[in-house]
Amino acid sequence: MENEKILEIKDLHTGFRFEDKYFDAVDGVSFSLYKNELLAIVGESGCGKSTIANSIVGLHDKNHTRVSGEIIYDDENVVNYSEEQFNKIRGKDIGFIFQDPLASLNPLHRVGEQIKEALIYHTDLTKEQRHERMLYLLGRVGIVNPERTARQFPHELSGGMRQRVLIAMALSCKPNIVIADEPTTALDVTIQAQILDLLSELQNEIHAGIILITHDLGVVAQMADRVAVMYAGQFVEVAEAKELFRNPLHPYTRSLLHSIPQSDAVGAELNVIQGMVPSLKNLSRDGCRFAPRIPWIPDSEHEKNPILHQISRDHFVRCTCWENFHFENEGGC
Amino acid sequence: MWKTVLRRVLLMIPQLFILSIIVFALGQAMPGDPFTGLITPQTKPEAIEALREKAGLNNPIPVQYKDWMVRILRDGNFGQSYTYKMPVSTLVGNRVANTLWLSLLTVILIYLIAIPLGINAGRYQDSAFDKGVVIYNFISYAIPSFILGLIFLLVFGYKLHWFPTGGSVDLGFKKGTFDYAMNKLYHMILPAITGAVLGTTGTIQYLRNEVIDAKTQDYVKTARSKGVPTDKVYSHHIFRNSFLPIAAFLGFTITGLLSGSVFIETIFSYPGMGELFISSINSRDYAVMNTLVLLYGFLTLLGSLLSDIIMTIVDPRIRIE
Repeated sequence: MENEKILEIKDLHTGFRFEDKYFDAVDGVSFSLYKNELLAIVGESGCGKSTIANSIVGLHDKNHTRVSGEIIYDDENVVNYSEEQFNKIRGKDIGFIFQDPLASLNPLHRVGEQIKEALIYHTDLTKEQRHERMLYLLGRVGIVNPERTARQFPHELSGGMRQRVLIAMALSCKPNIVIADEPTTALDVTIQAQILDLLSELQNEIHAGIILITHDLGVVAQMADRVAVMYAGQFVEVAEAKELFRNPLHPYTRSLLHSIPQSDAVGAELNVIQGMVPSLKNLSRDGCRFAPRIPWIPDSEHEKNPILHQISRDHFVRCTCWENFHFENEGGC
Repeated sequence: MWKTVLRRVLLMIPQLFILSIIVFALGQAMPGDPFTGLITPQTKPEAIEALREKAGLNNPIPVQYKDWMVRILRDGNFGQSYTYKMPVSTLVGNRVANTLWLSLLTVILIYLIAIPLGINAGRYQDSAFDKGVVIYNFISYAIPSFILGLIFLLVFGYKLHWFPTGGSVDLGFKKGTFDYAMNKLYHMILPAITGAVLGTTGTIQYLRNEVIDAKTQDYVKTARSKGVPTDKVYSHHIFRNSFLPIAAFLGFTITGLLSGSVFIETIFSYPGMGELFISSINSRDYAVMNTLVLLYGFLTLLGSLLSDIIMTIVDPRIRIE
């Protein structure tokens, strides 16, 4: 029961159209999500993490996006679902929590109405029952006075309360999968911790699998069971969270961890990763995509067509450049 | 909020006072006076001079202004129209009703045309329908009202004889009867359509842009992620937000109903406020002209206040303090 697979993604490609050409922002991503599990997807802005999230429930503008591969939910490949088909699973089976809680709530509707909306389309509850359920949900996400908050408009709430409302909304139909796209980025640190605690607590209650998208390694360390590190549209390292932090292998993962400011190193120069994330149009599709940012590593260390290598039972690393990787200032070996 | 409204109303008094000075000064700056047009080779200059003296036009300008203001404030008397030989308030009162009905019809037509065109053009952006709407918008924006009015008048009035070419009601109808109302409506159709075609441009453009903009908002994504059907996403989330700028103009639209359209009423010789305004300027009918400009100024101020009040009703984020 513990290891029941609830979502499987195989070779997902999501491309955006520029003029007449499609450029893949997600380029061959595969992973599975299990019940009760929290999978974190980490990476820089623009690496394609949110694109994965949007592809799973078909939130992209279909006129400008091409999604291929397999997204298997409930024994069905949902990749080419129509909007109507997606609407049956969105909100009901898959809940979504977004980054900016103010922009994500409709400014003209009362908070309570917005939470009840999903219940209208996915449940048989009567109007009174929906109201009861909405108040219960608000209370459940830690809103002190649900009656009052339900009547308020989003702009009248604090950032933390808005995110609680969004969580209540996402969980209103007890989804099997929750996708949280940078749920704490717009919040300050104390509120972040509260929101993350709330998420774990609710996960234990409804046994959902959570995909947590973030660029905050601190959040990952605190929350995740498994971590996928993403760079330029591909997973470069996938591992159990404990394993990843104890034994990071891919140069990108190591560089990220190396760049975290240390409290005992005040005044020391912060380590940065050279260069920039390549833009979608200029991204070279051949060879190791991280190579341009570690130019001191000779070409011979990279694979021609890097694949994910299994290092141990649950640890996968892309390319071979990790084997002899060292930071630039460490000298060769 | 009502305290603020009261303060805004009180604030209108100095604004209107300043406006009255400007209006009066500009009226005086125009060459000629109401009696210039009466001069024929047979008129004795002394007779004209006597008329001027009697009307107070020979007094110093500040004195004339003072007399005008005192009459308005003390007696509510806006003066006597030189041209129509009747009190300005009666004259304007008659015209206001005509203009109000015409403008109401125009606005109803504008919304009937613009709302479906605007929201569907925005919803189906870049479709053939959208391109058609954009072309319509270019054309209606580019045509001056008097050209379109003249074309309609020529084609549907003089050539096809479908609609009357002027006036607001034919002779021989008894006021208050159904036929009278229908005849009035019949006279209003052509000017109303002209006004509506020109008036739709802004509304369509605003709605289309707002819908396109709202589609990309995060709250729309949230609604979709909840599994809300597409039609409901549009009706509940996108359209309501898109109507905000239209609502913001509603106050001006309502007060605009009373001021009428100068060009359209003149072209269709429709006896409304706009037509009265032009003719009063042409005949230097100071009393009428000044009263109308003051009225327009008052309506503009009222419109902006109404718009603010409407905004607080439709948008919960806005509170006037």
